[in-house]
Amino acid sequence: MGVENPLGENIITTSLDKLVNWSRKSSIWPMTFGLACCAIEMMATGASHNDLDRFGIIFRASPRQSDCIIIAGTVTKKMLPVIKTVYEQMPEPKWVIAMGACACSGGIFDTYSVVQGIDEALPVDVYIPGCPPRPEALLFGLIKLQDKIWNDKNSFGSSIGLGDRIESVVS
Amino acid sequence: MAENNRAVLKLKEKFAASIIDVVEFRGEVTVTVAKDSIIDILSFLKLSLQYNLLTDLTAIDYLGKKEDRFMMVYLLCSIPNKDRLRIKTPVSEADCRIPSATQVWGTANWLEREVFDLFGVTFDEHPDLRRILMTDDWVGHPLRKDYPLQGPDREPYKGRLS
Repeated sequence: MGVENPLGENIITTSLDKLVNWSRKSSIWPMTFGLACCAIEMMATGASHNDLDRFGIIFRASPRQSDCIIIAGTVTKKMLPVIKTVYEQMPEPKWVIAMGACACSGGIFDTYSVVQGIDEALPVDVYIPGCPPRPEALLFGLIKLQDKIWNDKNSFGSSIGLGDRIESVVS
Repeated sequence: MAENNRAVLKLKEKFAASIIDVVEFRGEVTVTVAKDSIIDILSFLKLSLQYNLLTDLTAIDYLGKKEDRFMMVYLLCSIPNKDRLRIKTPVSEADCRIPSATQVWGTANWLEREVFDLFGVTFDEHPDLRRILMTDDWVGHPLRKDYPLQGPDREPYKGRLS
């Protein structure tokens, strides 16, 4: 009622930004990278019971094919250069999820050898508290990341060289 | 009793001048010896008394509690005789070095690198004395008692502010 559909049933109209955002949020490919016990929970989230594949989230073995890195575990100062290298190898656009208390703030490891939160080195998009977070918490964090990607502005324009992508703030 | 331990008897016979102390606690025998003859004693224990396995090698920092700051600890095991022995030797801070046990047990290599890395004890004639846990450019030895827990570049934790 009231909505004209002149192009037929098989065609929808949308903005190019929304098309790009939709494809990005529906195929978040995280880097296969685990650091500590949170990685076990991340693997459980990816396995059949919780099944990340249904969100189009498929773990990739190479940073060149990834657009998200889940920092799952304690980041030591010795490991930090490795994480930075992996992050820099990922193509833009890319997102970072800090999973668990250690990745968010250093957690219980308030010591000389542990980085006090990965946000000291990488731009974090989603923080997931917990020690370790349950698979439901990681799923919730990934859905929050999808919301954030969905609300990006100028994602099409920035991909053809017109201006920058404007990231949204989702609370 | 410690006095009747086969290794203690032999050590007292052969290295009487080097033995500082013999203690038995709950069936565990500890012999404290002088640093100068440590390699002779360890070789003797391996070759003559069949202590063929070096289970662990570590150090203790007795900062402000003992005259000699560090204490090297060698945990030995004899597989054929099914018994264990602990050898300790004091290392002073002024002369913070000790002969390497790699010439007796090959497994001492990485264990001594760990002690060197975390306590700063130098091992003479070690084949590859580099840091093993901390990064190569790390300054200081974190398991020393005077090393700040949160690292030298941070304010120490002062308890909950509430």
